[in-house]
Amino acid sequence: MKPAPFEYFVPEAADEALALMAEHGLEARPLAGGQSLVPLINMRMAQPGVLIDLNRCAEFAYLREDGDALVSGPMTRQRELELSPIVRRHCPLIAKAMPHMGHATIRNRGTAGGSLSHADPSAELPGVAVAMDAELIAGGPNGRRAIPATEFYLAELTTALEPEEMLCEIRFPKATENSRASFAEVGSHFGGLAIVGVAGQVEISASGHCNKVALAATGAGERPMRLTSAEALLTGQVLDERIIPDAAEAAAADVEPLEDLHASAHWRRRAVVAMTAQALREIASQGVG
Amino acid sequence: MSAARRDVRITVNGRTYAVSVEPRLLLVDFLRHECGLTGTHVGCAHGVCGACTVVLDGASVRSCLTFAVQADNSEITTVEGLADGESLNALQRAFHENHALQCGYCTPGFLMSLTEFLRETPDPSEAEIRERLSGNLCRCTGYANIVRAVQAAVQEM
Ligand SMILES: Cc1cc2nc3c(=O)[nH]c(=O)nc-3n(C[C@H](O)[C@H](O)[C@H](O)COP(=O)(O)OP(=O)(O)OC[C@H]3O[C@@H](n4cnc5c(N)ncnc54)[C@H](O)[C@@H]3O)c2cc1C
Ligand code: FES
Ligand code: FES
Repeated sequence: MKPAPFEYFVPEAADEALALMAEHGLEARPLAGGQSLVPLINMRMAQPGVLIDLNRCAEFAYLREDGDALVSGPMTRQRELELSPIVRRHCPLIAKAMPHMGHATIRNRGTAGGSLSHADPSAELPGVAVAMDAELIAGGPNGRRAIPATEFYLAELTTALEPEEMLCEIRFPKATENSRASFAEVGSHFGGLAIVGVAGQVEISASGHCNKVALAATGAGERPMRLTSAEALLTGQVLDERIIPDAAEAAAADVEPLEDLHASAHWRRRAVVAMTAQALREIASQGVG
Repeated sequence: MSAARRDVRITVNGRTYAVSVEPRLLLVDFLRHECGLTGTHVGCAHGVCGACTVVLDGASVRSCLTFAVQADNSEITTVEGLADGESLNALQRAFHENHALQCGYCTPGFLMSLTEFLRETPDPSEAEIRERLSGNLCRCTGYANIVRAVQAAVQEM
């Protein structure tokens, strides 16, 4: 038996889960899909005293439209985000990123809330949330509060959630009709955690000009980072080969990559440039208006 | 105290086990040690290799990343549930005939992942097959014969 003992609760209602979090505070971890937490528990790199299993909280698993947002519960499975027609239609960037996240078997269990809360700097979904200006709704002893994705990620594996708080909802703004999206990444093998990724969503007018540009990189710092210089350079311009190389090069200044086992900081910075160019080219190839 | 054992009812390959388990008991250890179903293997115990893959309420999952308590009131199919008595099913036969296994350690995981895959994607392209196979590691056969076996099974099914 590999995991150390823990106390196990399996609430069936969201309020009950939040009350358990408030009661057990620092000692407790929510258990979502378990695809990041259980490996840590098996290796005893994590030894939570209390696990609050959210898998029977039906209230936490949903996906619906709400005005100009697509709203997901924290326990919505990644596999559902990948296959859902409303995601494909309203948030194509999510649908494009999902197949890069592990494997189908992992996505069967892995959840939206688990990936976003785990805050692995190389993970795709946090990068997508930051690029899309998603809003993360935290719930805790003092009720609910909305945290912009751009303020949610503080450092590696560290979010703005307080110990007693849980991520209770994710609100992704719907992309407009003329938005185009792409997710480009580079890693050692297919389905493995990427080294560097770039999420892009660009609103292109009928005349081919970029009205609104959103780009974010993963694996290029302690948290997902917006590529603001590249965004500024592209806004109002026609997205084609005259500008793509310069915009990609500008992205190099927007990231703060760290060196690790997988790649040097320099390599990661160059990978951001290459992946930005790849994502932009794929977006340009999707046509305008 | 909830660290105490919990009563669960788990149906594996059609047979129901009503037992009490510690919450920290992994599903794979439940299958191997409590049910004696040793066809489900442990390669890495952290989700990477796929050797422990089983089908839980219709979806493939890593049994090394799931606790047995979480499978309460669920139905599980393991590799032992594929054959009809002594006769292998089409996918198993295709693995056998196409030399898609050598030591066989990884095979149960491949078979369970593919069981779900072929139900969802009855006529897969080679690219789709390869994408699905990326979730399971085989260290001795190599993947060419496994791809071939899946294609042969598709013809049969
Ligand atoms: C083989 C393999 C390959 C993978 N490849 C990739 C990949 O390519 N890209 C990628 O991004 N990920 C990858 N992953 C990780 C996977 O996406 C996980 O599903 C994800 O990181 C965590 O989601 P989960 O639902 O499994 O959460 P869990 O593992 O259950 O939880 C993760 C953490 O989040 C906390 N948590 C969960 N839910 C909440 C909540 N609602 N509020 C607050 N905290 C919460 C938990 O307490 C825990 O600390 C891979 C995993 C495996 C095993
Ligand atoms: S033993 Fe479960 S994935 Fe390797
Ligand atoms: S047959 Fe030996 S590991 Fe796959």
